[in-house]
Amino acid sequence: MQTLYDKLWQSHVVHEESDKPDGMALLYIDRHLVHEVTSPQAFEGLRLAGRKPWRLDSILAVADHNVPTTERSHGISDPISRLQVETLDQNCEELGITEFKMNDLRQGIVHVIGPEQGATLPGMTVVCGDSHTSTHGAFACLAFGIGTSEVEHVLATQCLLMKKAKAMQVLVEGKLGHGVTAKDIALAVVGRIGTAGATGYAIEFAGSAIRTLSMEARMTLCNMAIEAGARAGMIAVDDTTIDYIKGRPFAPKGELWEKAVVYWRTLKSDEGVTFDQVVRLDAAQVKPQVTWGTSPEMVTTVDGRVPDPSQIADAVKRHDMERALKYMGLTPNMSISEIRLDKIFIGSCTNSRIEDLRAAAEVVKGRHVAANIKLAMVVPGSGLVKHQAEQEGLDRIFRDAGFEWREPGCSMCLAMNDDRLAPGERCASTSNRNFEGRQGPGGRTHLVSPVMAAAAAVAGHFVDVREIY
Amino acid sequence: MEKFHSCKGLVAPLDRANIDTDAIIPKQFLKSIKRSGFGQNLFDEWRYLDHGEPGMDVIQRRLNPDFVLNQPRYRGAQILLARANFGCGSSREHAPWALQDYGFRVIIAASFADIFFSNCFKIGLLPIVLDTNIVDRIFHEVSSTEDYCLTVNLENQTVTTPSGEVCTFDVDTFRKHCLLNGLDEIGLTLQYADKIKAFEEKRRTEQPWLFA
Repeated sequence: MQTLYDKLWQSHVVHEESDKPDGMALLYIDRHLVHEVTSPQAFEGLRLAGRKPWRLDSILAVADHNVPTTERSHGISDPISRLQVETLDQNCEELGITEFKMNDLRQGIVHVIGPEQGATLPGMTVVCGDSHTSTHGAFACLAFGIGTSEVEHVLATQCLLMKKAKAMQVLVEGKLGHGVTAKDIALAVVGRIGTAGATGYAIEFAGSAIRTLSMEARMTLCNMAIEAGARAGMIAVDDTTIDYIKGRPFAPKGELWEKAVVYWRTLKSDEGVTFDQVVRLDAAQVKPQVTWGTSPEMVTTVDGRVPDPSQIADAVKRHDMERALKYMGLTPNMSISEIRLDKIFIGSCTNSRIEDLRAAAEVVKGRHVAANIKLAMVVPGSGLVKHQAEQEGLDRIFRDAGFEWREPGCSMCLAMNDDRLAPGERCASTSNRNFEGRQGPGGRTHLVSPVMAAAAAVAGHFVDVREIY
Repeated sequence: MEKFHSCKGLVAPLDRANIDTDAIIPKQFLKSIKRSGFGQNLFDEWRYLDHGEPGMDVIQRRLNPDFVLNQPRYRGAQILLARANFGCGSSREHAPWALQDYGFRVIIAASFADIFFSNCFKIGLLPIVLDTNIVDRIFHEVSSTEDYCLTVNLENQTVTTPSGEVCTFDVDTFRKHCLLNGLDEIGLTLQYADKIKAFEEKRRTEQPWLFA
């Protein structure tokens, strides 16, 4: 009997030393997604060694981290960012790699455009020089982030040397409450097991609650597997998966489609297979989550309070908590709803897909951003998401409510472009990391779902979205 | 990659768990298209009192006297001692590049995040996992002893303290072999080029939609 992870792993092993059961295996890579930040040194290395990419049609490139989300007709004003994006353009042109350039409608966050284009297909190994590559596991892929040396390795050999991880099942049964989302499941899991809870594991999300999630929601969940320490997160194939892929530009058509679907349907864990670890969650008990600290595991529920370090026995943990609260400018035991915000960010590879924007728009419709909010922005995950949202009039709803409606990119998730927090500013963000300085030096990030961010924008502080929506 | 055999070096303690790659090398420095020069911005937000941007002359910047690496006693450290889950967060190889460029050759921690751990081996930086209790003890010894050095021997997989205590550590056989001999992994993989091609052809026949 095999887990989904076993199946994906086994079907990609090119070579392994059979006498070393715990050794490394050479794994074949089907899809290589490339962006501007982690690739220039890899292309340079390839060139210096006189090597060529092994399989061009496996590569899809896009610039997302550095691109401006404001008016783009004059290009990128920051010369260092511009050089990095131009370097990607040059490398792709020179080698013949398919790239969606900055002003292409299909441009967007690499983890949004892969699935959107059907470039992410079930049963694939998908890699990218970005830790949130785990997102693609929503399609029953073995998808994981790699470093630049590995980017070069995949370019040159179409393979990676990997050690097999252990398998963890996160079993979520029951029905999610109204206003509770995949983001809340993700944060609740990270809160439960910690940011190193799944180090050395690949996570499979399963259970009745997962089956009812849309592909967008499944991507949100798998996206944050890395925040629990797991390089890969994944979900078995079902009708939802297949319906999503059908008709997308890179997806197979006609006879090939029929053949592919037959294979894809086998991509699930065998009934009764044993996992190395199982974590259970009752969906009905999950409440909207809000992080209060500087690590995604520092999270509580919207009706909760900021924890009190004096109650923590472990010295290292207590020290970390004190430090986090100081950085965040929060007092022990204050209620989460007392936290007042300066900025709102709806976007990132976690929560910038059409469903996220629809849900947030539903909350802000007919309402207005609170007076204390200096900036509320929506950054769609791709040009196509933006276009779709505009077709549905979502941009109008956001603009009328006082939000800025931006061009697609990573934006204030990591603040490599001009979108950032000023020191001390506090943001409700739909992104994935609340590390010190992540959204700008001295900036304070609270991770929440899109509907919670929308509700906070309207109230000016955190509120339980279930009470207004 | 340079060969790694052994290292006797001064230890700098960074007494904090869950140190993320954003802290190790902040995002503004990731705009570089080069592989070198990241050491001066290692732990930038903790190390300097002013905000750093690429291209700034670090000599002109104000150092944070409270940050451990700025203390004179840890100048020239080659071994970094840290707590659990070191290197969590993004996949940026710029983090190990920055640590190596600064002068570190070994990172000892109670545990590491997976991607960071793997990235270190690719560039010849040795990450060593030691038991939490041992890490705890070394933290105490480092803070109470000036010029505290550890000797790391990769061949024997040992870390030796000044008092002569020998701690052993695990390392994957293949990774050890690559480090000891300074091998280029891509070159090694390309020795299997025929196998890769055969695998690819079989895949093309069985799952042609992957090659459309």
